[in-house]
Amino acid sequence: MDNSMDVGYSADDKELKFVGKRTNRPDGVDKVTGRARFGADARLPGMLYGKILRSPHAHARIISIDTSKAQMLSGVKAVVTRDDFEDRDSEFVPAGEMMVNYRDMVRNIMAREKVLYDGHAVAAVAATSITIAKQALKLIDVTYEVLPHVIDVVEAMAPGAPLLHDDLFTDGVEPKPTKPSNVAKRLEFNMGDIASGFAGADEILEKTFDTKPVHQGYIEPHSCLASFSENGSAELWCSTQGQYLVRAHCSKLVGMEISKLRVTPSEIGGGFGGKTVVFIEPVALALSKKTYRPVKITMTRDEVFRSSGPTSGGNVRVKIGITKDGKIMACEAELKYQAGAFQGSSVQPGCMCAFAPYDVANVNVIGWDVLSNRPKVAAYRAPGAPVSEYAVECVIDELAERIGMDPVDFRLKNAAKEGTQTAYGPKFGPIGFVEVLEATKALDHYKIPLGPNQGRGIGSGFWFNIGGETCVNLNVNEDGTLTLITGSPDIGGSRASMCNMAAEELGIDVGLINPIIADTSVLGFNFLSAGSRTTFACGLATIEAARNAIENMRKRVAQLWDIPLDAVVWEDGAARPASSNAGVFEPMTLPEIAKIAPKTGGPIAGHAEINAQGAGPGFGTHMVDVEVDKETGHVKVLRYTVIQDAGKAIHPSFVEGQYQGGAVQCIGWALNEEYVYGEDGRLQNSGFLDYRIPLASDLPMIDTKIVEVPNPNHPYGVRGVGETPIIPGLAAMSNAISNALGLRMTELPMSPPKVLKAIKEAGV
Amino acid sequence: MAGGETEMEVEATSVRQIFRHLQERFPNIKSHMVDDISVAIDGSVFQDAWLKKVTENSEVYLLPRIGGG
Repeated sequence: MDNSMDVGYSADDKELKFVGKRTNRPDGVDKVTGRARFGADARLPGMLYGKILRSPHAHARIISIDTSKAQMLSGVKAVVTRDDFEDRDSEFVPAGEMMVNYRDMVRNIMAREKVLYDGHAVAAVAATSITIAKQALKLIDVTYEVLPHVIDVVEAMAPGAPLLHDDLFTDGVEPKPTKPSNVAKRLEFNMGDIASGFAGADEILEKTFDTKPVHQGYIEPHSCLASFSENGSAELWCSTQGQYLVRAHCSKLVGMEISKLRVTPSEIGGGFGGKTVVFIEPVALALSKKTYRPVKITMTRDEVFRSSGPTSGGNVRVKIGITKDGKIMACEAELKYQAGAFQGSSVQPGCMCAFAPYDVANVNVIGWDVLSNRPKVAAYRAPGAPVSEYAVECVIDELAERIGMDPVDFRLKNAAKEGTQTAYGPKFGPIGFVEVLEATKALDHYKIPLGPNQGRGIGSGFWFNIGGETCVNLNVNEDGTLTLITGSPDIGGSRASMCNMAAEELGIDVGLINPIIADTSVLGFNFLSAGSRTTFACGLATIEAARNAIENMRKRVAQLWDIPLDAVVWEDGAARPASSNAGVFEPMTLPEIAKIAPKTGGPIAGHAEINAQGAGPGFGTHMVDVEVDKETGHVKVLRYTVIQDAGKAIHPSFVEGQYQGGAVQCIGWALNEEYVYGEDGRLQNSGFLDYRIPLASDLPMIDTKIVEVPNPNHPYGVRGVGETPIIPGLAAMSNAISNALGLRMTELPMSPPKVLKAIKEAGV
Repeated sequence: MAGGETEMEVEATSVRQIFRHLQERFPNIKSHMVDDISVAIDGSVFQDAWLKKVTENSEVYLLPRIGGG
């Protein structure tokens, strides 16, 4: 069902009892006591341990793989290689709601003709202990022909660059090239007349920025347990943002019907987009299929960095023209994004988001999807947007300074609002960017004086937000409690938010509702917990399921009272006569209705199966104060405030948590995080000691300001808040450091050696 | 795909009918219509909405599907 067509939701301004309240987290106790089961906690009797042999080369042809010695090792029960996975055609096919090229995916989970990056899987073993499995890996003899490699995105685009795939011809270029290259696709978004726009500008600034791929940095490594039965069915337990997509990918890669694979998501120790794809899951299934014993694979941190998907790094050129009084006349950008070893970087949303926060008549954005000898990228909160909007927001800030205009006023003057035409297509509906900027100006933070070597930076950002396919069951139990069953893994407190909305609809205490995250056999298809969709889409389904349960209870009561259904209303958790005309009846509470359900028709439940549409775009602004130590290049974050439109904060604590987490990831991305490769193309910092994400001791309190401009397509106004918070901070940090030092760095991360180098070169 | 055309008027009462018109006019666009296109109708984005009604003056944009992390 399409919610916008048939459900007919409308905003409700009644006083809310649970929506917007900081209710207890249903999963909180189990998480703080260690009882909650994460990916690596899964165990079964007779379980084997899987380990994966990975390439030591960035680029090499596989001449041969000899597993005979490994198979003879006592305790080894199975070995799989490329020969155990059927090849797939090169075409993008739907998998759930995503377009996937299974020819690429089958090569990513297990290398075939070539290894394409350091850490690429080559073979896997299942053994009775981890020690034996590790010993077996050393006995696998792989003969490689080492090939030249390329790591940098600009170098990968150059003529004569080492070629990853000799059958890749650039899409989006006319005429289509006859020679293969590492450039998978060219995209272009146009609006207005870019030349006349620049002709009407008084000030034009053009700069090029460079960012490195960064990892999502989830604390919990990928882990799964697969158990194949002799009857052809299998079960899989894993840490994922979407059990239904895992089922879709694995059934295709292993060669089985979807209905025969049951996937149960564990609790998740972070994902941020990185757990929307599969790496080890099909390998564990293949090993289990060979042995008919459960096989568990848990990545090490080294494997997480070398072999799972970071986000794209990019090289972005931005050119913006403005009038003397601060009106943006024209915007141009060229984005070159790293896809890793297979096509499919986040350049498309990067292009679409680049100038979306602003009302500009003339826009031209060109994007390039570029392969190099790195792991295939995966999503990372608002994939593509942080890199492009970082570059744009830095240029915006410099232009505001050039004409002597306050950076918030400059953004306010050009801010997108309802009716603004975007370069990527639609006009905006109701949005809250102006309200965000006005809230920013009103903050005390904005007025705090700064000291020597200190700077304040502003950055803004936009993300679309999405809906998608969602199913919810709400079971009314015989004691009057309820079980809320959703198919969306809880990656940010969604259980509590769903309970808040269900309780609000039902008019009962939120503590009476127990939320469950279902495996794939319980509900129909659910899209990922990703794209800032869960509170919006799963929330819509939860509300519809609650309303469906209420209608079913009203029907029972109407039959008991022998009056029409529309003569029974639901208020404060009870069925009541709609008016005195309906008759005189004592209200029947939910527990009373549940207790007699067997006598009035049987169990009562509410259901919803929807494809949620009409997600409300998100806008946010970050403001940060930093102090730069000119002797060491160290940047200390003094103050940080996130201001963002949530539409409606169903559970403010979790909205604030999303804002704070995004800000911290921005700080890490801006100051320290990067994949460091040696001349040999091998990753040199595959651990948290060398790949430095921010620690609590590095950070001030991240303050938040929740702005609420309701999304008219959700009954409580929800927009979704998970993506936007990671966008504005890169530019905010860069602008703050620029203002502290009086110089502009155009490369991330702005780590101490790079800051020192910039200081020395500028002589400041 | 559309021979350089970026804007056109079609008579339709639903998204599906718009897609049919476009597929007849631009056969190369067919596969994209099924799987990797979203539509924006009067400011609201719909990822999959073949049955969504459009009115006489609806402004409809086709845009790439959007995911997220």
